[in-house]
Amino acid sequence: MPKQLRSYDEINEKIKKGLAVVVNAEEFIDLADKEGVESAAKKVDVVTTGTFGPMCSSGAFLNVGHTKPRIKISKAWFNGVNAYAGLAAVDLYLGATELPEDDPENKVFPGDFKYGGGHVIHDLVAGKDVKFEAAAYGTDCYPRKKLSTLINLKDMNEAFLFNPRNAYQNYNVAVNLSDKTIYTYLGVLKPHLANANYCSAGQLSPLLKDPIYRTIGIGTRIFLGGGTGYVAWNGTQYNPGTPRTEKGAPKRPSGTLSVLGDLKEMDPKWLAGVSFLGYGVSLCVGIGVPIPILDEDAAKWASLKDSELFAPVVDYSDAYPNVKPDVIGEVSYADLKTGKIKVNGKDVETASLSSYPKAVEISNILKERIKSGKFLLTDPVKDLPGPDSGIKFRLLNERPFKNGGK
Amino acid sequence: MSSSKKLVLTFPHLKVDKPIVYHLTKDFDLAFNILKARITPEDEGEMVLEISGSDENLKKGLEFMKAEGVIVEPLKKEVRWIEDKCTQCGACITICPTGAMKIDRPSMKISFEKEKCIACELCVKPCPPRAFEVRL
Repeated sequence: MPKQLRSYDEINEKIKKGLAVVVNAEEFIDLADKEGVESAAKKVDVVTTGTFGPMCSSGAFLNVGHTKPRIKISKAWFNGVNAYAGLAAVDLYLGATELPEDDPENKVFPGDFKYGGGHVIHDLVAGKDVKFEAAAYGTDCYPRKKLSTLINLKDMNEAFLFNPRNAYQNYNVAVNLSDKTIYTYLGVLKPHLANANYCSAGQLSPLLKDPIYRTIGIGTRIFLGGGTGYVAWNGTQYNPGTPRTEKGAPKRPSGTLSVLGDLKEMDPKWLAGVSFLGYGVSLCVGIGVPIPILDEDAAKWASLKDSELFAPVVDYSDAYPNVKPDVIGEVSYADLKTGKIKVNGKDVETASLSSYPKAVEISNILKERIKSGKFLLTDPVKDLPGPDSGIKFRLLNERPFKNGGK
Repeated sequence: MSSSKKLVLTFPHLKVDKPIVYHLTKDFDLAFNILKARITPEDEGEMVLEISGSDENLKKGLEFMKAEGVIVEPLKKEVRWIEDKCTQCGACITICPTGAMKIDRPSMKISFEKEKCIACELCVKPCPPRAFEVRL
């Protein structure tokens, strides 16, 4: 273990006094390049990160308030989009990828997917009135069977974003080796390797700056959707045991975060409903995580730059849908950001689905919040499982049952 | 003086087999760039064309096409980029065929160069936040 340079308490004392030295990950990379990691580690207390991209596995718990007479909701719709009601009388969960009941989906391919759960969440956060409808079977204590009203976020009891899987630590670069255009959650991919889409903020991405989860853990306070949030758990499909570079950065999609925060404090700018032609809807979520520079190791990781971070190139016409392990190649985020990568000897144009300029903006907002003393850092209450934890991403082992399962 | 014009040409179904665009070059010294074409034999055809040349020749070329029965209209359709809705991701960059959607490196900021847009609409649906609007 390298010598500790500062503790969480010491950093927070400096933040409260307005004396903390806070820089975003880009600035920290520059400083480490100029002066060396050792010197950068001594000077900087906190490095801020950021990411803004489509993050499926997002959604919100909403308590809409009791009606008079009471209703125990069994089916619910916000602007026609189904919300899960199997919780309690008026507790609902609205998922980002849910579609309106009457959406034509992919019946005429590729489907348009104009509106869905992510868009409803955006509209609610934007303060818009949303059409709320509910149905119930009626009980003695909850007699009402139907409900149809406008509803506004500010009038709900509790509304919190609770996303099971966000902030992916690295992600696939999607290409299409087939001879027809395909429509994926990583965008439209033209045939014969005509384009490559990636989705990570690279050197600004939270979990790539703390690759073995030294400081990001359960309870970590974060920037979430414009407001304040917390890491609730490791995200679903958490897969820390992937191949890594010498410095510890995973070369495949690896860690993920489950995050939550008060929806009422969030900003529609950082929660945007998005549509993927031929695929469906999702939610663009803005996340920023502060990395305390506790020691030189933390600084070494926080200074990892695009040229040291690698993503796998995966064929989404075959390898991905059919779960083949084939990776066509590995490319650095520095290469991806030039707009062109080499795949199978061919120059392929690249585009990103995660917004780098918005990631920079988030890291700067978080920086200002910390500098102004409004945002203190948290020592995690429990660490996330590390690369050697043995936790692995598993496929479903299908075991067909006979005779209706009897 | 020379200039260029973006035009929508509608060919009545009988005109489809005539090499009208060829005559624009041969007889009037006009350069052309076909931006979009949908020509089907025995059916009405449509072509979006950017033609350039001297003002004098442009005028003559247009008169020639009209005399041949081609309906000539300026390209009025326009794709608008709604900056507020744009999440600055960059998914449009590899889709736009004319480079109207631009990305600045290394800031990765997106911008729209309206003059280069030919209103092909290819960007409209693949844009995740649907930040493009078609105006007629």
